[in-house]
Amino acid sequence: MYKYDTYDQQLVDTRVEEFRDQVRRRLEGHITEDQFKPLRLMNGLYLQLHAYMLRVAVPYGTLNSAQMRMLGHIADKYDRGYGHFTTRQNIQYNWIKLEQAPDILADLASVEMHAIQTSGNCIRNTTSDQYAGAAADEVVDPRPYAELIRQWSTFHPEFSFLPRKFKMAVIASDTDRAAMRLHDIGIKIVRNDASDLGAAFYVGGGMGRTPMIAPCINPFVPLDRFITYAEACLRVYNRHGRRDNKYKARIKILVHELGKEEYTRQVEAEFAHLLTQGVEPPLAELERIKAQFTEPPFEVGISDEVDRSDPDFALWLETNCLAHRQPGYVAVTISLKPVGGIPGDASADQMRLMADLARDYSFDELRVTHAQNVVLPHVKKADLYALWQALDAAGLGTANLDRIGDIIACPGLDYCSLANARSIPVAQKISERLSPRSDEIGELKLKISGCINACGHHHAGHIGILGVDRKGVENYQLLLGGNEGADTSLGTITGPGFDEDGIVDAVDRATGVYLANKQGAERFLDTYRRIGMAPFKEAIYG
Amino acid sequence: MKILTGNDLKTGAVVWWDGVSWSLHVEDAIDAGDQAETILAREQATRRVNAAYAIDATREEGGVRPAHIKERIRALGPTVRADLTLKPADPEAGNWVI
Amino acid sequence: MAEVQFRFRDDEPVADPGVTVDAFGAQSNAAAVRLEPGDDARDLLPHLGRLRLVEVNFPVFGDGRGYSAARILREAGYAGELRAVGDVLVDQLAYLRRCGFDAFAPEVPLDPVDAEAAFARYEQAYQPAADGLRPVWALRHG
Repeated sequence: MYKYDTYDQQLVDTRVEEFRDQVRRRLEGHITEDQFKPLRLMNGLYLQLHAYMLRVAVPYGTLNSAQMRMLGHIADKYDRGYGHFTTRQNIQYNWIKLEQAPDILADLASVEMHAIQTSGNCIRNTTSDQYAGAAADEVVDPRPYAELIRQWSTFHPEFSFLPRKFKMAVIASDTDRAAMRLHDIGIKIVRNDASDLGAAFYVGGGMGRTPMIAPCINPFVPLDRFITYAEACLRVYNRHGRRDNKYKARIKILVHELGKEEYTRQVEAEFAHLLTQGVEPPLAELERIKAQFTEPPFEVGISDEVDRSDPDFALWLETNCLAHRQPGYVAVTISLKPVGGIPGDASADQMRLMADLARDYSFDELRVTHAQNVVLPHVKKADLYALWQALDAAGLGTANLDRIGDIIACPGLDYCSLANARSIPVAQKISERLSPRSDEIGELKLKISGCINACGHHHAGHIGILGVDRKGVENYQLLLGGNEGADTSLGTITGPGFDEDGIVDAVDRATGVYLANKQGAERFLDTYRRIGMAPFKEAIYG
Repeated sequence: MKILTGNDLKTGAVVWWDGVSWSLHVEDAIDAGDQAETILAREQATRRVNAAYAIDATREEGGVRPAHIKERIRALGPTVRADLTLKPADPEAGNWVI
Repeated sequence: MAEVQFRFRDDEPVADPGVTVDAFGAQSNAAAVRLEPGDDARDLLPHLGRLRLVEVNFPVFGDGRGYSAARILREAGYAGELRAVGDVLVDQLAYLRRCGFDAFAPEVPLDPVDAEAAFARYEQAYQPAADGLRPVWALRHG
């Protein structure tokens, strides 16, 4: 894991004191709320429905046990004993007091964490593959590149007042587990025919009101110039992205309106210029960072056998554990989706337990996933039963990874001031209704957003649900056929929307159509792609 | 009636204009009538409230009911965490929102 | 026109107000120009020799195009005064300075103590910009 040196620590500490001063000036009336808002947002502080909300960055989703323990501590000391893990691999707290926010940032800084640029019209926290360093199919660990981007983008003086927010993701395997092409910039680390590593740039993806899948604008940028390339992408956007309409201000609209070719031409011209400006860190810096992401000291020659005599354990093992590239190990997903629970929420006690388990069983490492779960990336198979028992006792042992109960849901109208409808109650009802048939239904990614901003990734769900406001009443639209990953697709709306109970029935019927038409090992998505929308529509509305 | 809501600047707590100051309870909200804009401007300028705005509401048996679900959720708390609402002992409180 | 409140240069300030980019192109003797957010700073590059003042206007502080304009001018070798004017606030000063601004004429004068603190707060930066500060990676690798 990346470890701060004195420069990193000093920058984060300085930020805490800067924010303390900004809060003081706001409370004393030296700056207005309009002036203060972007400042607090760039420190992760929103004003939500019930209180201030603080979004803490978990860079590329990686944290150690001391950091996870601190997250639990903050939940207890400054909030109401819980936190919410988000689709951007971060965590947010719902009941924060402005006057305490600087102290929270100081506590975070003590474990090399921060809330820098987790909101605002700037480059946000970079996300990555939750199985980085463990996945068998990765070309290389993507996190050193994400860390290099974190440093480059932190307090970037030119790109802190962009037309709109800017999200980046870095992956390094063909299986895209980070929805890379649905980001403003998605970077895939690839190896070319000469066996050199480079960065493929996908620019202009996104969800929200106008979902778009990012086109590849450059399939291979050499690693000794990829920060410069990113700088060129951003400069063209900062200069020419639309600022007249908030809903057309994301880079996806610029790329779409200019056309991929023209946008790429402008980026390449800016890139050629910037190459003369010395903005690229030396490869030695990348090597310095890489040296901190070395493999943990795995035991070799250990058994791959696991005693599956406990059927509940065997089911969890089948469902929530991913093959590791190291023999004798797996990557474990801790489900934050108990049946009928609030997706992504964890109590302070659960956070502390996960911290302890990471220390004892996973070389002190945890990951937050964009599906709002937590991963222990390196667990010895011999430890799995003990681990599962500890998780299960704490309500963290649900066997439902990528199943219908593993629902992504934004906070919705229960917490969020932008929402039009509640997301969580819908997730809870679907989970309760359909979890009993989870094994029969198999892989099904269901994603719920409470408004068009799509924080719940509804466009990319095999089944997506979008909450809207219809004359002051919550209404839910159903989408089918979305997906993230290598075969990214956007969902299609089935037809008229439903009320809360109606949407649960509609999802129930849609899964019924799948089960009735499924051939062989087809997943829900495969069946949908083969038979199309019509049979689903008929069952849902017929 | 027109009632005023906002958040306490320091704590972020949801508050309602009761004619003298800002209350945590929507039942205390009074009709601001045509004074809404004046009160909002004054109260925000003195930082007694933050991000305040006026909404429609009705006075009903048992209290004041904001016209839109969003403010009813603001008035109660998250419907999925009854324990964190202003009426933690009332399991039916969430029905008021809908 | 707002007063210049902070200036990090020793030369004599240009007294003339900046003309628009269009007028500047037509006026062969103008030494001062005013860039609006929609103007292309690169239109000025052929005329850097006679330029002594570029005012970059920030009609609203959240419009960040002026940051790019400033860096582009500095990257092209412009050494004259680069003045941020308009909705310039305390908490933007440090980034503006890093992008090459060396004079500030905020529409509403800033608290001098707060401004002083803002200019001085960050001693290091992760990335190079237009202020000559060596980024952290350069310090790490000598």
